[in-house]
Amino acid sequence: MPRTEGNAAAGLRRDVRWRWWEVLLLPIFVLTWVLVPTQALLFNEIAILALFALSLDLILGYAGIVSLGHAAFFGFGAYTAALFAKFVMQDPLVGLAVAVAAAALLGAVCSLTVLRGSDLTRLMVTLGVASILYELANKLDWLTGGADGLQGVVMGPLRTPLGSFDFDLYGRTAYGYTLTVLIVCLVLCRRLVKSPFGWSLQAARDNRLRAASIGLSVNARLMAVYTVAAAIAGASGALLAQTSGFASLDVFDFHRSAEVMLVLVIGGTGYLYGGIFGAIAFKLLHDLISTWTPQYWNFWLGLFLVVLVLTGRERFIRPWTWWKR
Amino acid sequence: MDMVEEMTAVLETRGLLKRFGGVTPTNNVSIQVEKGARRALIGPNGAGKTTLINLLTGVLDPTAGTIWLDGKDITSLSQHQRVRRGIVRTFQINQLFSELTPLQSLALTVSTQLGISAQWWQRLGADRRVAPMCETLLKQFHLDDVSEQKVLHLPYGKRRLLEIATALACRPRVLLLDEPVAGVPEGDRQEIFDIINELPADVSVLLIEHDMDLVFNFAKSVTVLVNGSVFAQGDVQSISNDPRVKSVYLGEGESTYE
Amino acid sequence: MLTLLFDGIAYGMLLFVLAVGLAVTLGLMNFINLAHGAFAMAGGYITVLLMNRLGVPFVACLPLAFLGAALIGALMEPLLYRRLYGRPHLDQVLFSIGLVFMSVTAVDYFVGSMQQNIQLPAWLRGRFDLDWIGIGKYRLFIIIVCGLLTVALQWLLSRTRFGSQLRASVDDPRVAGGLGLNVNRIFLTTFAFGSGLAGLGGALGAEVLGLDPNFPLKFMIYFLIVVSVGGTTTITGPLLAALVLGVADVAGKYYVPKLGAFIVYALMIAILMVRPQGLFARSGGGK
Repeated sequence: MPRTEGNAAAGLRRDVRWRWWEVLLLPIFVLTWVLVPTQALLFNEIAILALFALSLDLILGYAGIVSLGHAAFFGFGAYTAALFAKFVMQDPLVGLAVAVAAAALLGAVCSLTVLRGSDLTRLMVTLGVASILYELANKLDWLTGGADGLQGVVMGPLRTPLGSFDFDLYGRTAYGYTLTVLIVCLVLCRRLVKSPFGWSLQAARDNRLRAASIGLSVNARLMAVYTVAAAIAGASGALLAQTSGFASLDVFDFHRSAEVMLVLVIGGTGYLYGGIFGAIAFKLLHDLISTWTPQYWNFWLGLFLVVLVLTGRERFIRPWTWWKR
Repeated sequence: MDMVEEMTAVLETRGLLKRFGGVTPTNNVSIQVEKGARRALIGPNGAGKTTLINLLTGVLDPTAGTIWLDGKDITSLSQHQRVRRGIVRTFQINQLFSELTPLQSLALTVSTQLGISAQWWQRLGADRRVAPMCETLLKQFHLDDVSEQKVLHLPYGKRRLLEIATALACRPRVLLLDEPVAGVPEGDRQEIFDIINELPADVSVLLIEHDMDLVFNFAKSVTVLVNGSVFAQGDVQSISNDPRVKSVYLGEGESTYE
Repeated sequence: MLTLLFDGIAYGMLLFVLAVGLAVTLGLMNFINLAHGAFAMAGGYITVLLMNRLGVPFVACLPLAFLGAALIGALMEPLLYRRLYGRPHLDQVLFSIGLVFMSVTAVDYFVGSMQQNIQLPAWLRGRFDLDWIGIGKYRLFIIIVCGLLTVALQWLLSRTRFGSQLRASVDDPRVAGGLGLNVNRIFLTTFAFGSGLAGLGGALGAEVLGLDPNFPLKFMIYFLIVVSVGGTTTITGPLLAALVLGVADVAGKYYVPKLGAFIVYALMIAILMVRPQGLFARSGGGK
């Protein structure tokens, strides 16, 4: 037992320690960019999905809000970035910042809707918001291209302290860009969830009555985390639009909200890395099954969901605990 | 005692009324809790004691009447706002954070009390004041051996101790205890009361309790609640000798509870 | 304008019959069943197949659609759903989404993805055109059938023993079980009945709403709106919610086609924000 700090201090410090596999992740990510340039496009997709799932983890895993409409922020970020690049400026970083700010604003407004009510109520309002945005994007076709989508989004070079990179057809720049954003957000979120604020969210999810009884203003915190999650989701949508060159209605689709929820559930909620592992597993699964039966992927996806829930979500997550227990 | 009436009440209710669905669990209750009070709230089952605490803490909204803290009307304040002003309670059935450890729960509570619970950049416990306060509480309540186990794995007795420790971590000015030793083994009860007794003299304590020995050992004044109304009030000696109170408990006379 | 109102009422009554099973499932088993629309789709496709392949007359298909969907429900409840009562809502949502995906793709595989058409019998086609209102015969039929069903449901709930057992179980399943009510059997019967009603609604709605494999996904949000706005503690709540929704949707699409369903969603969000437990739920309930 350390003399300079008490047990309590040591215990609290221990909670924040970087675990060995967390430390490994960063070099592994960088290695994928360096060593496997041919798969950069695929990795880019995985990274975008991982970032999206990370944002959902904040509200689902940590704050306990069941949302079926998280795609609202993803799509909003995507369209904002696409429109910005098309009509204002082609700098990807500025576009990203604008998209994030827009999504955060939307998130702050929408956070008012999820404060009260049961799980069903929250489900409905989140679904409702995403549906409204879908309809808006559909009907405002003079702006968004409607059902055809917004085409021809050309990005300028990525200006970084390390130099100026053009977006190439192989996606190396895209992947590097996305990966950097993912890592930055991951580090930020990690600080967030280990902070008093992060713990207050988990406490409020655990026992809302108790949280209020120790003096926590639960509503204010929910609004704050919802806004942050919306901002990050918006970032992932913006990245999709910027790296793929277009935005279409399916960014708001129910399938996208359901998919990201599944990704997070596969990887595990509430420990921040579930989004990453889930995205990897999901994409691999998707590619595997799609080569075999491209048309009916949804059937197997549905079956997977049913089996997953029936056998218990906990069995699937954190495979390294299978032999620890 | 005349002295009690002369002191300014730190917590006061005026005509507090709660009615819903045909029952009136709190019926025109006006009480004053003086500073430094050691008051027991007793009464038969169904008398409305927990409801009164729920009203005082903001878990329930009153149908009528007002609540005052330090001469200010707090009736419209939310639960967490009242806690910030110093009204803290424990729950009769443990309300804890089951997925957190005692250390984390107390650290969070202490952080909230220090006003740093909204910090998102520093880790929990980075503030140097947090850990020593947690350590003191953990030792005081014999929780240091289980401080890093999740609450859902803890035995009932430890959970009850944590319930009270959490309340104390909020540095209450008015402490409302709802049957604090319910379910705690006999031998440990006195110890808990010793801890409560050691609270600073300016902390006012209102205690719901059924164990009369503990009431007489601890309380200086008593409020008796029957059918949602204040039945009798006074210092502990005169209440214990009051024949009306005795008859209410023994069931003679009127008996229309629940 | 009155024609719109009439159409909206027909639409609303249909939505009610479709959604009432979901309301009861949610109120009774506290289970969020997003796959409810799949049962409606089943009823619709049963009707289509019976009519187009076997030449069964339309009106005869209706009870068959009910029975078919009820049967599917009666099979799935004990096999699958029952294991998930009491699980967190997230699990239920994931599970029922999985079922939806499976049923949607399965129907697409077996029957194809085109919209199915029903030939209504001659006496149901056409309209009565009065000066002040145009009454579509089929929509009138829907209103009458659904109206009768609603009355029957209300009677069932308030006058029969099963009805009071059901209401007791919705109010507090543990107490009901403790009182000796066979809660499992009540759940099974109710689930099957609710699914059957959905199937009947699907059959009735095939002509009006359009029937294709995406039906459960397209209309899921509408059923959920009816249930969340109408509440799960009464019959009249969802009924009123469904009627309002029906009229609002029809009127909205007519007067402001650019905005379409936008109005409905916005209205729902507004209502739920003000009264999260639904417009008509009894207040003073549990946490």
